[in-house]
Amino acid sequence: MMRTVSLETHSVRQVNQWLHEQNAKLEEENWQITEPQGRHALACGLDQALKLTIDGHAGYYCAGMNKQAEVVIEGSAGVGVAENMMSGTVRVRGNASQCAGATAHGGLLVIEGDAGARCGIAMKGVDIVVGGNVGPMSGFMAQAGRLVVCGNADEALGDSLYEARLYVRGTVESLGADCEEKNMTPEDQTELAELLHAAGYRNTFRTEEFRVYGSARRLYNFQIDQAGPDR
Amino acid sequence: MCGIVGLYLKEPTLQPQLGALFEPMLAAMADRGPDSAGFARYGDEAPEGTIKFTLQSSSPTEPAKESGQRVAERMEAMRNVLDQELTWTQHAEAIVLRTDVDEQTVKAWLREQWPEATVMSVGRRIEIYKGVGHPRIVARRHGLAGLGGSHMIGHTRMATESGVTLCGSHPFTTGRDLCLVHNGSLSNHNTLRRRLQYQGHSFETDNDSEVAATYLAWRLQEGDTLTQALEGALVDLDGFFTFTVGTRDGFAVVRDPIACKPAVMAENDALVAVASEYRALAHLPDIENAAVWEPKPARIFVWEQGAATTLGSRNLPHTFRRA
Repeated sequence: MMRTVSLETHSVRQVNQWLHEQNAKLEEENWQITEPQGRHALACGLDQALKLTIDGHAGYYCAGMNKQAEVVIEGSAGVGVAENMMSGTVRVRGNASQCAGATAHGGLLVIEGDAGARCGIAMKGVDIVVGGNVGPMSGFMAQAGRLVVCGNADEALGDSLYEARLYVRGTVESLGADCEEKNMTPEDQTELAELLHAAGYRNTFRTEEFRVYGSARRLYNFQIDQAGPDR
Repeated sequence: MCGIVGLYLKEPTLQPQLGALFEPMLAAMADRGPDSAGFARYGDEAPEGTIKFTLQSSSPTEPAKESGQRVAERMEAMRNVLDQELTWTQHAEAIVLRTDVDEQTVKAWLREQWPEATVMSVGRRIEIYKGVGHPRIVARRHGLAGLGGSHMIGHTRMATESGVTLCGSHPFTTGRDLCLVHNGSLSNHNTLRRRLQYQGHSFETDNDSEVAATYLAWRLQEGDTLTQALEGALVDLDGFFTFTVGTRDGFAVVRDPIACKPAVMAENDALVAVASEYRALAHLPDIENAAVWEPKPARIFVWEQGAATTLGSRNLPHTFRRA
């Protein structure tokens, strides 16, 4: 059973309300939103293991604060897709605008096309896999989590980076302040392979094609006892 | 905030519907700018040697809408004094004046005889219409949906740097057949305004975007190409901006070096469009088959009659570029 709702005939507020009603008890698992037309704040604040497809382009902050849900956007996404996601997965079939996955704590964000500027800004534990390129200042002030870029990274990658790890397959236009290339360890290879597998790219890209970048730990007031194991 | 929209119709058969396609774009951006709105229309071209002036009344006491008779009297007076060819059309709140009298003479006459009239635009094709109020109302007041043409540039304003007035709303004229709309805010506009005042430029408002418009007008007068003028803007203007510049044959888009303000572009066989958000493009014909992308920071994108160019600006000082 699939519940299909059109945003031509229902307001975003109404549709989000129906989705939130599933938070207490899952009664309808499969949802489809049609005619999104770039509207903002679609499927924000989900907290249930439901499956939702958005049949077109989404506007700002789509699937923001997501918990548990599996959201697929069949088009492109505007600013801040999956911002502050806690868990679950969000997949964008097209491109994503700037600040994709901003401040997200957990879950998996997959962008099959390109991501705009500041992808993964201030990410706090989310995993982001981008099939194409990322825009300038991606990984800006990223604190934890993994960003995998299967294409190229634009200027100032990882500026003012904390402890997130950034994997890039293609070229890096320039590194931001305090971001440096690290040696790829066997543990890195393993986690990268897992991420590519989770994102559906296991047979598309090989881990040896990637380089890994991290914080040089010279910029912020770093205290070793506040960090996880140094990789 | 503020919203920007631009639409160029490559498909000539669509051109009579330009306003009808453009009005929903402007209305879609009303959430980003509910204070005031405006648009530049590139429609029919005045014959060689003739120019169009679009006039609106800027007086807060005098209603923007003048009676047809009063306008006719003013125009007759102007025709008698200048003793030249002069025709006019009165729209709801604007007058489009067509004449072969030179620009300075017309402006001097207006300053003396009709000081409340503000020249919104000058050129052979451009007409700029704007107003205070919700974009939907401004559009309706000016009969936007019924206007044709090849392209339009529009703006919805949420004022931050200066008052909500007719003159403070966008687009700003930047020279003949040129206009500017701006989303963002400039931090060095007072310094720049003083510099431009030394150069002999005068200002209608204390608006930061008017400074950007005057800056571009000045660079173009000094002989810069549009691209050179915009490259200069990337160096000399400090702040956040997405600019769209309307030209006789198309438009240009440029974002500040950290792309602080949004912009989405779309192109298919029938049209090229720009907007602050995709929502404004969602209802355009055949948008499903358009290429949709975001212009990169500090790159100048120019689309003019069939030729698109993205100009690199590698030599510009990127704020975050490291040696």
